[in-house]
Amino acid sequence: MSSTLPALLQVAALGLLLALTVPPLARYLAHVYSSPRHLAGERLVYRLAGVDPGADQHWRTYLTSVLGFSLVGVLALYAFGRLQQHLPLSLGMSALPADGAFNTAVSFVTNTNWQWYSGEAALGHLMQMSGLTVQNFVSAAVGMAVAVALARGLARTSAEGRVGNFWVDLVRGVVRVLLPISVVGAVVLVALGVVQNFDAPHLVGTLADGSQSLTGGPVASQEVIKELGTNGGGFYNANSAHPFENPNALSNLFEIYLILLVPLAMALAFGRIVGDRRQGRAVLAVMSILLVASIGLLTWAEMAAPGSAPGAAGAAMEGKEVRFGEAGSALFAAATTGTSTGAVNAMHDSLTAPGGLVTLFNMLLGEIAPGGVGSGLYGMLMLAAVTVFLSGLMVGRTPEWLGKKIGQREMTLVALYVLATPAVVLVGAALAISLDAGLAGQQESGPHGLSEVLYAVASAGNNNGSAFAGLMTGTPFYNTLLGLCMLAGRFLPIVFVLALAGRFATQQRVPSGAGTLPTHKPLFVVLLTGVALVVVGLTFVPVLALAPIAEALQ
Amino acid sequence: MESLFTLGRHAVAGLRTLVVLTLLLGLAYPLVVTGVAQAAFDWRASGSLVTADGERTTSYDDAVGSALIGQGSDGPEWFHPRPSAAGDGWDPLATGGSNLGPESPDLVATIEERRAAVAEEEGVAPAQVPADALTASASGLDPHVSPAYAMLQVPRVARANGLAEEEVRDLVEAHTDDRTLGFLGEPRVDVLALNIALAGLRD
Repeated sequence: MSSTLPALLQVAALGLLLALTVPPLARYLAHVYSSPRHLAGERLVYRLAGVDPGADQHWRTYLTSVLGFSLVGVLALYAFGRLQQHLPLSLGMSALPADGAFNTAVSFVTNTNWQWYSGEAALGHLMQMSGLTVQNFVSAAVGMAVAVALARGLARTSAEGRVGNFWVDLVRGVVRVLLPISVVGAVVLVALGVVQNFDAPHLVGTLADGSQSLTGGPVASQEVIKELGTNGGGFYNANSAHPFENPNALSNLFEIYLILLVPLAMALAFGRIVGDRRQGRAVLAVMSILLVASIGLLTWAEMAAPGSAPGAAGAAMEGKEVRFGEAGSALFAAATTGTSTGAVNAMHDSLTAPGGLVTLFNMLLGEIAPGGVGSGLYGMLMLAAVTVFLSGLMVGRTPEWLGKKIGQREMTLVALYVLATPAVVLVGAALAISLDAGLAGQQESGPHGLSEVLYAVASAGNNNGSAFAGLMTGTPFYNTLLGLCMLAGRFLPIVFVLALAGRFATQQRVPSGAGTLPTHKPLFVVLLTGVALVVVGLTFVPVLALAPIAEALQ
Repeated sequence: MESLFTLGRHAVAGLRTLVVLTLLLGLAYPLVVTGVAQAAFDWRASGSLVTADGERTTSYDDAVGSALIGQGSDGPEWFHPRPSAAGDGWDPLATGGSNLGPESPDLVATIEERRAAVAEEEGVAPAQVPADALTASASGLDPHVSPAYAMLQVPRVARANGLAEEEVRDLVEAHTDDRTLGFLGEPRVDVLALNIALAGLRD
């Protein structure tokens, strides 16, 4: 139903919106994370929290703060889910089961926002707005903080491993960046039709003498941060396909814009923090190349509609909404899996085989194009370190990056980072297809069944949160397995990133020489893009060949 | 042991921070947004409810549904929406799609069944049935059909209501929206609005 010209124009409109707003936001972000001044409100938060905003933390202390804050977040959200039936605005919902509450708590704290439950049937309004919405904000701010710590590590010299103050980075990310944009964005969404109220479901008599329960809620305030913070957990089960979350083509474009805004701006902010804006532009270029490629492939796949079911229907409209069409659904799918968002405006399980492959590949890439807020930047920077190292090997000298040597200890941390998430994904998927409890969840057998399992574990391990939702995952087995994948997929990489930030912050800056690879030139952009594709390619080609590729060739 | 103690100390600071931020982000923020939304856009914030006459309302008691949410309308006298996989159909308490994959034999069989059924009901050749009439939407609440599917239903709807085809066709055309700004989204017909207008024509 989509035609080519409008499909191209909507990508152009999105590109224009981003081109106009990403650079100023990046300038603002760099200012936010380097300004010595605290706002009065922020001082109040620090006093109430009992933290010293003036402390410059060693990377280990910074990490301990991240872990301590996240641990408390998981425990609090777990308690929220177990006790929601006693809280106001519970709508008569009962307590979440223990495995489900664990999964949800981990899911929202790790910025994954995987949903085993159906929002309208399992959660009260208070759980949504005071439990989940809060983690939507703070998990995003944690990701940004870790990325900024790594950038500081590269920017500083002889800092004895000190990388900043986690509490300040956290609070500033929330108060100065995410909250103001969310307030404005939420009102824009309501103006476009997204609901914002505290109503319980109301039964109305429909026109054709049937009945229907209309489900209100504080949706707009959650929807905006769900996209802006690359979270992705929908207020309703249908997520951003639900007309109350995403009522029309304008709200669709706005939500896609919100998804991409901060991850792209973080790349340019990185350049400013390390004092060389060209570095940020190179990272942004790599992200953009991969993102545009996946938009192109997905849009082509959904509009060409290959496969048995799309062929039988005449178009790939199963699991899609008429108001978005194939092109508006493909653009959203590329944005939501290219970032670690995982919100959906079309059911990914019903995408065409090549379209589904692109969404899966985006996640397996490690969520770097442009990735989650913060996590996308640090993921890309770790691959940049790999690229610098490989290039150094080619000319036979110890490579340096922005004046920092990448020696054995640094490279060990980078290698551990690169291996961590793939190991989580492959071991998790192997477990799920080896055990009866894992196989029991598949909706379909054969390659598509394997795709469903692989997609779920890849989504959890890479903290995306979208699903091939045919897989029945609300079981103790999947809730536990995916919960553990989310934890490992979030915090192992953060440990290695902060350790590397500390190493860099300890070093002196070495002057660049004739053998130094400039990391801001087109050659580096090409190399880094290649490294990203090769690393994920070598790791995942076997399983991809058995699942979506086999399906596409059927 | 000592590192556990350190983690505990940071967790306490984390708990205090979380409590403060929950008051800000989990209470103040949604309440402020709700206040602004209800003051400035009360109809939309309340769910874009419409009455049987197509008037806007904010009262569930006066409403026949939401202008944004599709609803079932099976009888031959109504325009039909797309197939819905939300619960038993159009259930906002169980939203979602079929999640059937592109090679699913079940999905292919369902599509063929729907094609035959729609072709028979509308009295057209099976090849004429458009894709949106054969596929379940993502939300199960899709309020729209394609202009092609709406037009396909015109003769049957006109006959069942004792109206002239011409009159019903004009109605569909009046309720057909083009792409927003000419390039965003897809051409579409809002089925509830169309059926409300149809009911008005009938009376």
